[in-house]
Amino acid sequence: MSEITLEREEVEQQPRKVENRLLRFCKKYGWSYAFVMPSLLVFALFTLVPVVWALIISFQHYDFAWDGTWVGFSNYIHAFTTDDGAFVRALGHTLYYTVITVVANIFIALILAGLVQSCNSFWRTFFLAAYYLPAVTSVVIIAITWRWIYNSEFGLLNYLLSLVHLPPVRWLSDPNIVLNSITLSTVLTVPATGVVLFNAAMSGIPTELYEAAKIDGAGAIRRWWSVTLPLIKPTTLYLVVLYTIASFQVFEKVFVMVPSGVGDSTQVVVLQIYQNAFQEFRYGIASAQAFILFLMIISVALVQFRFFRTNVEY
Amino acid sequence: MALRIAQANGAAPARKHSRKRIPWLTWLALAVTAIISLWPMYWLFTTALTPTSYAIKTPPDILPLHASLSNFQRLFSEATDYGSWMSNSLIVALAITIFHIFFDTLAGYAFAKKRFPGRNLLFWTLIATLMVPAYVTFIPLYIVSHDLHLLNTLWAVILPGMASVFGIFLMRQYIQTLPGDLLDAARIDGCGELRTFWHVVLPLSRPAIGALAIFTFVQHWNDFFWPLIALTTSNNYTLPVGVAGLQGEFSTDYGIIFAGAALAALPMIIFFLIFQRSFLRGVRMGALKG
Repeated sequence: MSEITLEREEVEQQPRKVENRLLRFCKKYGWSYAFVMPSLLVFALFTLVPVVWALIISFQHYDFAWDGTWVGFSNYIHAFTTDDGAFVRALGHTLYYTVITVVANIFIALILAGLVQSCNSFWRTFFLAAYYLPAVTSVVIIAITWRWIYNSEFGLLNYLLSLVHLPPVRWLSDPNIVLNSITLSTVLTVPATGVVLFNAAMSGIPTELYEAAKIDGAGAIRRWWSVTLPLIKPTTLYLVVLYTIASFQVFEKVFVMVPSGVGDSTQVVVLQIYQNAFQEFRYGIASAQAFILFLMIISVALVQFRFFRTNVEY
Repeated sequence: MALRIAQANGAAPARKHSRKRIPWLTWLALAVTAIISLWPMYWLFTTALTPTSYAIKTPPDILPLHASLSNFQRLFSEATDYGSWMSNSLIVALAITIFHIFFDTLAGYAFAKKRFPGRNLLFWTLIATLMVPAYVTFIPLYIVSHDLHLLNTLWAVILPGMASVFGIFLMRQYIQTLPGDLLDAARIDGCGELRTFWHVVLPLSRPAIGALAIFTFVQHWNDFFWPLIALTTSNNYTLPVGVAGLQGEFSTDYGIIFAGAALAALPMIIFFLIFQRSFLRGVRMGALKG
C-alpha cells in the first residue's frame, strides 16, 4: 500500500534538485539505517577494524614497541619456528582434539536425540534439561571440576580404578596422557546443543515417510539410515561446522586444567596466540598465528559446506 | 500388498502406545548419560560443601557426609575480592544484555521488515563476521583499550560485546514471522517509527527477546578470555577470571576453590531451571533456520 503511493510521488517530483532527493532518501530510508546503525557501529569498531588492523600487524615488526616496519611474510614464517616450532605441535594437538571430539559429539548427539525421541514429552524435557544444564556453567568451572576428578592422589577417577585393582594414572601430569585426558573430559560432556537440535530436526520429519518406508519393508535400522539421516543432513552440517570451529579454539579447558602446562604436550593454537601476544608481547607473530587459525576455520567451513551440500533436499 | 498395508495400519496404534512407555534399555541409556552429564555438577557442589580436610582423603566420600558451609565462610574471609567479582560479573552481564535487547532487536526489526538499499549486503556482511574468531581481534582491542585508558575497567569488557550477530539473526528470524498488518495498522494510526518499535514490535517480540536476554546474560557471565586479558587487577576481575585465579592462590585448598566455583555457577543453574523452556527454545530458534 504505502510503497505504491511513495512510488507515485517519486514519479511526480522527479525533476527536483539533488538536495531534495537526498532529503527524500533520508526520509524514506533514514529510520531503517538508524535502526541498524548501532549494531553496525559496534561491529565496525570492534570486529572489522580490529580484523584489518590485526592483518596489518601480522605483516609488521611489532614487539614491545611499534616501529611500523613492514616485514612481509616473516611473521608467518616465525609463527612456525619460534620456540622450536611449538606452534606446529600446537596445530597437531588441536587437530587431534578436534577430530576426536567432533566425531564423538556428533555420534553421541545423534544417538541420544534418537533415544530421547521415543520418550513422552515429560521425560524428553527432563533429559534435554539434564544434558543442557552443565552448558550454562562456565568452562572454567567445568575444567576446575575435571581437574579435581583427574587428581592423581585424591581424584575420583583413580579411586574408581583402584576399585577394579588398576594402578593410578597420572591423568594431568603424564605428557603422554594429558592431552587424552582433556579430550576425554570433552567427550564425556554430553553435546547438549547437538542433542537439542537433532531432536528438533527429527521431530520435524513427517511420520508418513516412516510409514511408507515400513510398508516397503524397511527395518528400524534401514529406516534410520535411509529416512532419518538424509533428512537431518542440514542439521548435521550445521553442528559439524559449529563443533569444529569451537574445537579449533579450545583454550579455557587447557588453561585451567594444566595451568603451567606439561612441557609442550598441552600446547594448542589459542594458547600459543595467548602466550605470544600477552606474555611474550610478540604481537606480530601472535597476529599471524591468529590469522592462520582464521584460515583454518574458513577452509573447514567451506570444505564442509561443499561436501555436505550434495543433494541436501528438504 | 494389501496385507502389508493392513499390517502397517494395525501397527500404527501399537506404536503410539509404545511411545508412552519407554523401552527399558532406552531409558537406561538415557539415565546413564544423564548421570554422566550431571556428575561434574554434583561433584562441584559436593566438594564445595566438604571441608578441605575431608576432601583430601582416600577413598573419597561419594555423598557429602561432612557437609558444612565453612568453605563459603572461609571464601569470603580469605578471598576478599570475591564480592567485587560477583558485582563486576553482574554489572558486565546486565549492561551487555540491556544493550543487546535494544541493538539486536532494532537491527533485527529493520532487517526483517524494512526495505532499504544495501540491506542484503549489510546483513550478509554481518553473518560473515560470525566466522572471524574473536582471538583475531583481541590484540588490536588490547592495544586500543590500553591507549584509551580503558584497560582494567569494566568498559573494556562491556563495549565490544554490545551487539551480536547471533542476536540480530535470532530477532530477525522471529520478527519475520510477525504479521505485517499490525505494523501497518500502527502506522495508519499515526505512530511514528520509534513508537511503532516501542509499542508494537518490542511487546510482540517478547518471547524471542526473553531467549536472547537469557543467552546473552549467561554467555557474558561465563565469558573468560577477553576479561582475562582486559582486567588486570584482582578487584576488577569478573567471576570466571577470579575463580580461575583461586587455583593459583589456594593451590590445594580445594574447599575454598570449589566454594568459589560453586557460588559462581549457582546463579546460572537456578536461572536455567527457572527459564529452561526459553533456553531450549532459544537453542532451536537461533540455529535451525541457519
